[in-house]
Amino acid sequence: MNKGLPKWADIILIPLLSLMLAFLVSGLVVMFIGKDPIEAVKVMVSGALGKFGIGYTLYYTTNFIFTGLAVAVAFHARMFNIGGEGQAGIGGVGVAVVLLSVDWPHWTIAIVAASVGAMVFGAAWAAIPAYLQAKRGSHIVITTIMFNWIGSALIVYLLVGPMQAPGMVPETMGFSAGSSIPTLNDMFPAFDKHAPANVTLFLALFAAVGVWVLIWKTRLGYEIRAFGHSEKAAVYAGISPLKIIMVAMLVSGALAGMMAVNTVQGEAERLILDTVQGAGFVGIAVALMGRSHPVGVVLAAFLFGILYQGGGELSFEMGIPREMIVVIQALVIMFVGSLENMVRIPVERLFVRFSKGAA
Amino acid sequence: MDFNTIIQILDSAVRLSTPLLFACLAGLYSERSGIFDIGLEGKMLAGAFAAGAMSAYAGMPVSEGGLGMTWGMAWMGVAAAIVVSIALALIHGFASITLRGNQLISGVAINFFAAGSTVLIGQYWFRSGGQTPPLSGAQRFGPIKLPFADAVKDVPFLGPVYEGLISGHNILVYIAIATVPLTSWLLFRTRFGLRLRAVGENPGAVDTAGISVGRQRYAAVLIAGVLCGLAGAYLSLGTSAAGFVKDMSAGKGFIALAALIFAKWRPKAALGATLLFGLLEAIGNRYQSIDLGAFVVPVQFMQALPYILTVVILAGFIGKAIPPAAGGEPYVKER
Repeated sequence: MNKGLPKWADIILIPLLSLMLAFLVSGLVVMFIGKDPIEAVKVMVSGALGKFGIGYTLYYTTNFIFTGLAVAVAFHARMFNIGGEGQAGIGGVGVAVVLLSVDWPHWTIAIVAASVGAMVFGAAWAAIPAYLQAKRGSHIVITTIMFNWIGSALIVYLLVGPMQAPGMVPETMGFSAGSSIPTLNDMFPAFDKHAPANVTLFLALFAAVGVWVLIWKTRLGYEIRAFGHSEKAAVYAGISPLKIIMVAMLVSGALAGMMAVNTVQGEAERLILDTVQGAGFVGIAVALMGRSHPVGVVLAAFLFGILYQGGGELSFEMGIPREMIVVIQALVIMFVGSLENMVRIPVERLFVRFSKGAA
Repeated sequence: MDFNTIIQILDSAVRLSTPLLFACLAGLYSERSGIFDIGLEGKMLAGAFAAGAMSAYAGMPVSEGGLGMTWGMAWMGVAAAIVVSIALALIHGFASITLRGNQLISGVAINFFAAGSTVLIGQYWFRSGGQTPPLSGAQRFGPIKLPFADAVKDVPFLGPVYEGLISGHNILVYIAIATVPLTSWLLFRTRFGLRLRAVGENPGAVDTAGISVGRQRYAAVLIAGVLCGLAGAYLSLGTSAAGFVKDMSAGKGFIALAALIFAKWRPKAALGATLLFGLLEAIGNRYQSIDLGAFVVPVQFMQALPYILTVVILAGFIGKAIPPAAGGEPYVKER
C-alpha cells in the first residue's frame, strides 16, 4: 500500500495535509455564508482555549477520547463500529441503574461502580451485532446503525416509563450527593467554576494507555491486529475469528459506554434524553484522524473538543450557526477518511520521484 | 376500529412510505452495483432543502428578488433537489469508485455534510433557523383526484378504497410506485441492468468482458442520486410540512436502508418492505400505545420495529438476506 512512503509521512504528513484541505474547504464554506474565516478561527481558538472555554473543551475532549478509542479498537480488527452513539447512550442507562440503586457513600466508590455499569451496558449493546457478525455474517455496520435507533427508542421508553422520576419531564431522579464526582475546578481552582470537565478526563487518558497496552503489548492485541490485517492468515495461525470479533467489539462498546460517566454522572447527575449528542459519530472522525493510535486519538479528540466548544462561540459571537461544526466534522471525515487517496497518491508519487532522483 | 379508520391508516401509510420507497430504490441501484450507500439520508436531506429553497425562490415575487413564477415552481424544486443530490452522489462516486476509498466512511461524511450545510445555508438565505419559507399553491405538490373518484365514492368497499386510498395522492407518490416496475424491468430485462448487477457480484468478469466497471458503478450511483433527490423533494414539497425543516429526513434514509435489506435487494419486495415500514409509522402516529389486553405495546416499540425486524432478517433467522457479493469492495484492475 505505502510503497516507498516513510512511516512519518504515512502517519503524520498525509493526515495533516488532508486535515488542512478539510479546513480550507471549511473556510470556503464560511466565506460562502458571508463571514470572515480568519476571524472565525480567532473566535474559535480564543473561545475554546480561554479560561472559561477550556473547561468545556476538555469536557468534550473526554467524550471524544472514549468514542474515538472505541472506534479505533474496532478498526484494528477491521470492524467498523458505527454504533458508538447507541452504546454510549445505553452506557448512560448503566450508569443510572448503578447510581440510582445504591446510595453511594463516596464518589471514589461511586465512579468505579458507575464505570462498571457503563462498560457492561455499553459492551452488551455491542455484543449482539458482534455475535451476529461473527456467527451469521450480518454486516456489522448495518446492525450497529440499527442498534443506534433501537437504543434511542429504548432510552425514550425508559425515561417516559419505568425509570421516569415523578412529574412530566423525561428524566430519572437525580443521583444522590455521594455519587457527585469532582470537576476540574474542584481539583484545580484555575478552571472556571461552571465548566463541566471533571475527573473522568483522567479515566479517559488512562483508557488511552490501556488501549495502547492492549493493542501493542499483549498477545490478544497482536491477535486483533493480525486478524485486522488478514483474516485468512489469522485463521491459519489458529486465531479464532469469533473470539477476536467479540473481544474487539465488547472492548469497543465498553469504551463508548464509558463516555456516560462523563456526561451522565459528571455533568447531568441524572439520566436525561440525548446525552450523547453525536459524540459517537465524532469518534469516527477522531479515530480516522488519530490513525487508530491512542496518542493520535487523544490529540484528535482535543482538536474536536476545540471545534465543539469554539463552534458554540461562533454562533454567539459571529452569528454562524452551530451546525458549522457538523460541516467541519463532515469535511474532516471526508478528506481524512474516504478521500484520503486524493492526497496519498500524489504524495507517494512525489516520494518515488524524489527517491529516484537521490539514487 | 372501523373500515374508514383502516382506510385512513393505510392512506397515511402510503404517504409515509413514499420517501422510503424512493430512497430504498436509490440504495438498491447503488448496492446492486457494489457500492454501499449509507449516505441515502444525507442526499435525501440535501434534496429536501434544495427543493424547498428553489420552490420558494421561484415563487417569490420579482420585486422581492425571486423569479415570480406562478406555476411549475414545485418542478423547479424537484430539479434543484435532483441536481444537489447528484452532486453529493458524485462525491460518493469519486471517493468510492475513482479513489477506491472507504464507501461507508464516505456515506457517513455525506450525511453529516448535509445535516450541517442545509441549516447553515438555510439560515444564511432565509434567516429563520434553517427553515425555508412556507410554501403554498403551485410551490407544492397537491393531491391529484383520479377520474371517477367522486362518482364511485359511495360504492361499498371498493368506493372508499379507490377514493380514499388510491386516489388523492400527489404526483410524486404515483411516480414512486411507477418506479418499482421500471426498476424491475431495467435491472432484470435490459443489458444495462445485467451489467449493473454483474459489477456488484463479480466485477472481474465484467471487466474481462471489456466493460468499464467504473462507468457502470457511476451510472448506478447517479441513478441513486436522482432517486434520493425525489425522496427529498417529496419531504419538503409533498407533505404537510410545506417547506424544509431542519433535520426533516429524521432517520428515513436509514429506515430505507433497513427496508432494502428487508427486501433482500429486490425492487418489488422493496415496495412491500417500505409499505410495511410506512404502515408501522402510520400506526405509531395514530395510537400512542397499543393495548393488546395482556400487555401494552409502547409507541417506542413500534418506532423501533423496522430496525428490530431488519436485525432479525440480517441474522438470517427468517430467510437469509445475502447482499451483492462485491458490495463495499473497491475494484482494482488486475495487472
